[in-house]
Amino acid sequence: MKRPPKHAPRRIESTDDLRSFQRMMATAVTRPLTAEDKLQPKWIDGRPMDEVASEFVKPNDRLSSFERLQLYNKMYWFRLFDAIQDDCPGLQAALGDRVFWRLAQAYLAECPSRSFTLRDLCSRLVPFIRRNPRLTAPRTALAVEIARFEWAQTVAFDGESRPVLGTADLAGTPPGRLRLGLQPYLTLLDLRHPIDTYVISVKRRDAMRSEASNTPDATASVGRAARRPSLPRPARTFVAVHRHHNRLFYKRLNPAAYRILDALSHGSTLSRAVAAAGPKVKAAQVRSWFTTWMALGWFCARGNKRRASAS
Amino acid sequence: MPANRFNGHCDYGIGIGLRVPHYSHILSKKPVVDWFEIISENFMVEGGRPLELLDKILEQYRVVQHGVSMYFGSADKPDRAHLKRLKNLVKRTKTPWLSDHLCWGSVDGTYTHDLLPMPYTFAAARRTAEKIREIRDYLEVPICVENVSSYAEFHASEMTEWEFLTEVVELADCGILLDVNNIYVSSKNHGFNPYDYVDNVPHGRVGQMHIAGHTKFEKYILDTHDHPVLDPVWKLYAHATQLCGVSATLLEWDDKIPSFDEVHNEALKANEFIDGAKKAVV
Repeated sequence: MKRPPKHAPRRIESTDDLRSFQRMMATAVTRPLTAEDKLQPKWIDGRPMDEVASEFVKPNDRLSSFERLQLYNKMYWFRLFDAIQDDCPGLQAALGDRVFWRLAQAYLAECPSRSFTLRDLCSRLVPFIRRNPRLTAPRTALAVEIARFEWAQTVAFDGESRPVLGTADLAGTPPGRLRLGLQPYLTLLDLRHPIDTYVISVKRRDAMRSEASNTPDATASVGRAARRPSLPRPARTFVAVHRHHNRLFYKRLNPAAYRILDALSHGSTLSRAVAAAGPKVKAAQVRSWFTTWMALGWFCARGNKRRASAS
Repeated sequence: MPANRFNGHCDYGIGIGLRVPHYSHILSKKPVVDWFEIISENFMVEGGRPLELLDKILEQYRVVQHGVSMYFGSADKPDRAHLKRLKNLVKRTKTPWLSDHLCWGSVDGTYTHDLLPMPYTFAAARRTAEKIREIRDYLEVPICVENVSSYAEFHASEMTEWEFLTEVVELADCGILLDVNNIYVSSKNHGFNPYDYVDNVPHGRVGQMHIAGHTKFEKYILDTHDHPVLDPVWKLYAHATQLCGVSATLLEWDDKIPSFDEVHNEALKANEFIDGAKKAVV
């Protein structure tokens, strides 16, 4: 968003005036809240915020201009925090509430939504965490992996699917020339931690907590259910986040299987991709993997559209 | 106006919003409902479960699209990629009309995801109407614009909210989605008479109405959609129905959502007021 005018226009007589007014209001609404969840007391140029608010917002007999503007400021942040919390329960659990909220506020301040839908809100979170490691230290590496995994879930939930290739589609092309595309909703992840099991345990905890809250006299259950799942210990993990029959799945991959799929996703021919698996992998094993992947509908024609980045 | 050019000449009855907690009930029990309103943005996706579910609903129910991000009042030009997605959805649902809000919420491509109130000026009305016409021409479907609830007014305004609404819909030659709960909420927040609002909008342009619950705080009212409809809103709805005729009516319940039956029964209370309006006409 471009910088707002020094003062809100007194009269709105053109589209340019309207745009200036909207920049002014949007800047006020999207400014980070204070530690007490209030509108900041100073405007971006250092003037008192109540003076700036009163230039364009009318007070009424119960609320000052500042207080009326503050309502929108709070609603903006609470709405976006809710959305990011819904999409990143694993990240929140791993970082703890205080660090998570600090990260979310910094992220949204630097990367405000550029999409009509909140579904895309976390699309730039992974590079943001990498650029700002202090916000998640000492768990930055873990935070990056969880954010990648949770964004992959969003993509798998409602990402594009393309017509599935069957054996007949592949029959006419020799492996040395055949290039397969992977479904856009499928994300391959090479992780240093078993994030899939960690996210499952967080979801189970949240589900338990939700169930427990509806149960009278279940204080002990609530306490147990609310316990934070243990952070995952380092362990190389290859996983595909995908959907099947429109349900979300995480599929662990053998390292060699991951290398084949990764090579295909980067445009290798089928024969080169299979070679990437390494000499120790038996042909029967590779055939078995391909049979499964075909059954899952993972292959499609290669398109121009860039695949959702997992990095 | 039970059926008019602003709602595709459809005489729809009382509907409710299609919401996630009710999906399994709707698909398994197949309750009789006049129509469902969907939030367009929830289905402007490229694949997966949302579209599968929508297709199942479309097999059995009438669906009308309601948007939350078109931002007719934003100074920015309409986003063509957004419109293209929306048009694809319009083709899928065959919605007889489409609604979105008389508000703004984005500037320079940054989205607030809120329904921010307009400054009520003639220039803003002209710009807004121009955008509505452009969007309607692209989508090829009638448009109804909805009045929003608001918590702030602006010094720059040159007219009342209902005068602004009237100015916009006359210039755009579009319909109104009259949200009587929003009128009530704003009337309390800004100190106007909600009946003045309802009396002074062009009744012949009303293609749909919204009803909903709200929450009272010490110094203001919030449009929370998490309660049954309150009595003053029902009374305002009855008044609006007498003036505008029996329009397609929808209950919005978006938070702390109770069972499907509870939401539907709350919506069906509108029948009491509709009957009153019909008798008044006779």
